[in-house]
Amino acid sequence: MANSLVLGDIQLKADVLVIGGGPAGTWAAITAASKGAKVILADKGYCGSSGATAPSGTGVWYVKPDARLRDEAKASRYEMGGRLAEHRWMDRVLDRTFANMNWLGEVGYPFPRDDQGELYKKGLQGPEYMRLMRKLVKKAGVKIMDHSPVLELLVDEHGVGGASGVHIQTNEKWTVQAGAVVIATGGCAFLSKALGCNVLTGDGYLLAAETGAELSGMEFSNAYAISPTFSSVTKTAYYSYANFYYEDGTPVEGAGSKRGRSIIARKLLEGRQVYAKLDQAPQDIQQLLRINQTNFFLPFDRKGINPFTDLFPVTLRLEGTVRGTGGIRIVDESCATSVPGLYAAGDAATRELICGGFTGGGSHNAAWAMSSGSFAGEGAAAYVKKLGPHAAERTLRSASSAQHATAIDQTGGLSTANKTEEIIHAVQDEVAPYDKNLFRSAGNLQASLQRLDELWKEQRNRAVIEPSSLGMKSREAMAMTATARWMYNSALARTETRGMHKREDYKSLDENQHYRLVSGGLDHIWVKPEAVQEQALVKEGEAV
Amino acid sequence: MIEVLSASRCIQCNQCVAVCPTNVFERIEDDVPVIARQSDCQTCFMCELYCPVDALYVAPEPEEVIGVTEEQLQQQGLIGGYREKVGWGKGRTPVAAHDYMYRLSLFAKF
Repeated sequence: MANSLVLGDIQLKADVLVIGGGPAGTWAAITAASKGAKVILADKGYCGSSGATAPSGTGVWYVKPDARLRDEAKASRYEMGGRLAEHRWMDRVLDRTFANMNWLGEVGYPFPRDDQGELYKKGLQGPEYMRLMRKLVKKAGVKIMDHSPVLELLVDEHGVGGASGVHIQTNEKWTVQAGAVVIATGGCAFLSKALGCNVLTGDGYLLAAETGAELSGMEFSNAYAISPTFSSVTKTAYYSYANFYYEDGTPVEGAGSKRGRSIIARKLLEGRQVYAKLDQAPQDIQQLLRINQTNFFLPFDRKGINPFTDLFPVTLRLEGTVRGTGGIRIVDESCATSVPGLYAAGDAATRELICGGFTGGGSHNAAWAMSSGSFAGEGAAAYVKKLGPHAAERTLRSASSAQHATAIDQTGGLSTANKTEEIIHAVQDEVAPYDKNLFRSAGNLQASLQRLDELWKEQRNRAVIEPSSLGMKSREAMAMTATARWMYNSALARTETRGMHKREDYKSLDENQHYRLVSGGLDHIWVKPEAVQEQALVKEGEAV
Repeated sequence: MIEVLSASRCIQCNQCVAVCPTNVFERIEDDVPVIARQSDCQTCFMCELYCPVDALYVAPEPEEVIGVTEEQLQQQGLIGGYREKVGWGKGRTPVAAHDYMYRLSLFAKF
């Protein structure tokens, strides 16, 4: 039952437990191990295929250490992000990304060569990258636990000391006692089936908040990607080559992949289907586009559609905080949270530090994942070294806000599954519609929050988390409900339009709100402003 | 969504059971694995890449079952196509190393 720890079938000890096996988690694991820590990595899916990066190709914010190039790179999203990024963070992420990408080339990532014969490192192919990362994690001596969602974090008065979960293929309950925990569980896309995103349900946000950690920038959580209606593949960048049309072939005035995305959303809201065609792509680059994103063309090829010449219907798929920038608040250069022993990296952490309130999508998120993963891995390893010899004998309790069953309920399976499904749909009804989340207003936000608060209460009172895949799904439903509440409370508090956060009732940027919004709490959600650090020098550690 | 697991091609390595991030497949003792939780499929195509014998087919549609058959796929030559394009499998070069990755950057609008 709640707050009393029941040890499971599998009991392990480690210095550092990394939760999540995408880019951030794997970098955290490798880096912590390189500092001498004994590391366990738990992924609720499979380290190597889980998350938004693995199935896709991504650009990387890889910029040579040339002052002019770096300045341009830093300026690229600074204004669009509402000046909420910090220069010292951009500098250290650019430095670390440069070092990490170079290292990837040394350890076997097959980068292509440019005309000068140098390795070209401004992009990564997800399947290749994550297959290599898994190999490197194993080589570093890290124990990987696949299909092993964390259901609760373990704490004592000194902070976080491990986690407990279940292996969903064997239903074995497991517990890992660890000196430090890195949350690298990705963002939250609310099971929208955006490519690779259905494992990204905000689990880490909930785990962190349950220990008392805060979130930051949760109002920057309304990223939507363009995708064909018949496909999960979200690759909005390619639509910079598109024109948008109605069914009869007349153009949709003002529609576009960047600023014109709102126009597409408004047409879809009116019930008018919008079509796209990549007819701005000159013949000679079509084959280049095909090779660069094989997965983009896969659905078209399978449907017999030529996207360069044929119209195809599009929609906007919610990517939430995956391509938004909000996430767990980090308090120092080691990506520590405010809770001792707890670290956050990748999309699970706020990316406001490098892209403010503008999208972290693509190259920035990729750079952030590998940099923050490394920072957190180093930070966690250093923290563990400072712990006393009695650290392994701590008496831990569950931090979970849910009731946890010790065994699988043989009778209630179907009704639990149906209830969870119902809650998930109810949350999606509040966060997916463009007129609620993309175009925000006080009235709609308040109405949504009322329903979301009810959903939260219902789960708090009734949900019993059993050690199984059903339990995992119940926790995902809780995490999505909580995430939506931090999002909309933050969105309500920011009475202006800044970055991706658009208020219909406050359409312009308000200079007086040049701050970040920190949020937290479970039953009672709070939001408060936090100043943006304009400058500071930081000492950069070496890469792995 | 995952549509086809070809029993005739499958070698029971159970790689799909291991790599599926949403645990769609289920291992069956002394038999080919089954698609046990089809609606959990997130249409990420990763299982196709890891299947060493091209025994899997994921249809583009993420929300609905299309009901395509192995015979239809054979006729249209659609099975195994993604793994080939990504350059995984014996004797292939990973697409990650392709010169076009760089070449596109000279023209790209994004």
